[in-house]
Amino acid sequence: MNAKTKRNLIKASLYACCLLVLVITGFPFIFLLINSFKDMQEYLKNIWQLPTKFFFGNYQAVFKPDFLRYFVNSTLVSAVSVFLIVLTSSMISFAFAKMKFKGSSVLYFLIIAGMMIPIHTTLIPTFTLLSSIHLNDSLAGLCGPYISYNIPISVFILTQFFKEIPKEIEEAAIIDGCTTVGVFHRIILPLSGAGLSTVTVYTFLNIWNEFTYANVLINTTSKKTLPLGIREFYGFQSVNIPAVLTAILVGSLPVILLYFCASEKVVNGLTQGAVKG
Amino acid sequence: MNQDSASAKKLKKAGLVLLFVLPALFFYGTFNLLGIARTFYYSTMDWKGISANKVFLGLSNYIAVAKDMNFWNALKNNMILVIASMFIQMPGALLLALLINSKLRFTKFFRTVFFMPMLLSTVATGIMWILFYDPNFGLMAKVIRALGLKMSTAFLQGSTAMPAILFVICWQFIPYYMIIFKAGLSNVPEELYEAAKIDGANTWQCFTNITLPMIIPTMRTSAVLQLVGSLKYFDLFYVMMGGAPNTSTELMATYMYKKGFTEFQMGYASTIAAYMFLICFIFACCFLYATSRKGEN
Repeated sequence: MNAKTKRNLIKASLYACCLLVLVITGFPFIFLLINSFKDMQEYLKNIWQLPTKFFFGNYQAVFKPDFLRYFVNSTLVSAVSVFLIVLTSSMISFAFAKMKFKGSSVLYFLIIAGMMIPIHTTLIPTFTLLSSIHLNDSLAGLCGPYISYNIPISVFILTQFFKEIPKEIEEAAIIDGCTTVGVFHRIILPLSGAGLSTVTVYTFLNIWNEFTYANVLINTTSKKTLPLGIREFYGFQSVNIPAVLTAILVGSLPVILLYFCASEKVVNGLTQGAVKG
Repeated sequence: MNQDSASAKKLKKAGLVLLFVLPALFFYGTFNLLGIARTFYYSTMDWKGISANKVFLGLSNYIAVAKDMNFWNALKNNMILVIASMFIQMPGALLLALLINSKLRFTKFFRTVFFMPMLLSTVATGIMWILFYDPNFGLMAKVIRALGLKMSTAFLQGSTAMPAILFVICWQFIPYYMIIFKAGLSNVPEELYEAAKIDGANTWQCFTNITLPMIIPTMRTSAVLQLVGSLKYFDLFYVMMGGAPNTSTELMATYMYKKGFTEFQMGYASTIAAYMFLICFIFACCFLYATSRKGEN
């Protein structure tokens, strides 16, 4: 065997590996899509092939008021939480990056260490705290821990980002009569689009998919978010497998679409914190 | 006069700092910092449920948990997770990262698809795989029958439950670490490989002498993430075992949830949570300390 055939052989086996992983990671999504157009009987008969005739009953079962409500709830909670996370984290990151004050490094460490805290360590206190101010079983209450838990990673990403903005720009602005608050919202924020969008995407995905807190804090069906909703749908329809597959597909669609529109941003958002750490 | 204006300036600066720091600190302090403190406070109490009275117990909850065989069993399962993540996920992710970092064609397309499992919520992933694992109608059962293998298809029962869930965890998280490793690999300067090639190094020598040493910092970060992540893991086990994991699939977090929110032993559950906090903290510190020493040598 000469060197060229050997190299081709290696290349072929590498492609084979890629193809195998491609099937393992990608096929479940195609499976969801294909089988969402089958009824239960057809699903049992042919699980692999394309549907012989398109059946829309699953989508009718999913697009009921309850499920739309989960969508609205998830959207509301994510929008409010992400907005407040970006606002508060960018403010405190500005203080860490651009203002000198006593105890800033201790405070920074205290906040960054929050990335390591197991969620269950604060589960009972959050539950009792929100119960005592009658914010348990409410979407507003759910935003509290969501914001708190996403602050460490956001502060971590944004502080590094702000530190890289040259000092001369803000100094020039101050000479021109800009106040500190002005520097923040006229200079730093407009220059940090990439960092802010990374944080937005990351925290949005986190909150859209969050389960543990929602499971403990929300009981009423009309207040459930999508992960709880999918679980409830599964509870009612567990014998109707294609309908459940459809619910999973529909519930994940916003994130999948976001990924196809801005895959670079999503990938960066999900991994940047870890790479820089 | 001068002193007055100086102190006024100081006051103004302090006010500004507070203005920027307080909003984030309000949320973080209320839920995270106070939350941890209150977990430790509750952990010294005998306390059943929300409205009932609390009785101070001192450290006896801690002793009770330390003697609780269920807790040790849960910790053992967490350790299995840690080991699986270190010895399956890390090498798997590194191999995939090398694949998509190679000079093959279509690597961008491969990367896009490989990453997709990360997008689903854990609940969606969990329920999807429950359906795949269904002994009669599931995908996996059909594959096994098609291959003509003689093995049980009751994946989520008995001793096969743990490996079955581990497989799903790998399915979900290997793509994530793949991307982290890929970023580390892209940072290795191309010139190093060229220089090595000129010196006559083969691919394997390039890998062990250039690639590996250069991505050790990346491996260290992702190892810490995996370590802590495996110690505090909850969702997939809870969802895939229908909210009630048994001995072979109980984790510290699911055990804590069971004690706190099913049996309403809030004090005892807080003690488990406190142990989880300490275990995560100690493991992460030990790991970082041990690996930083190695880096210096």
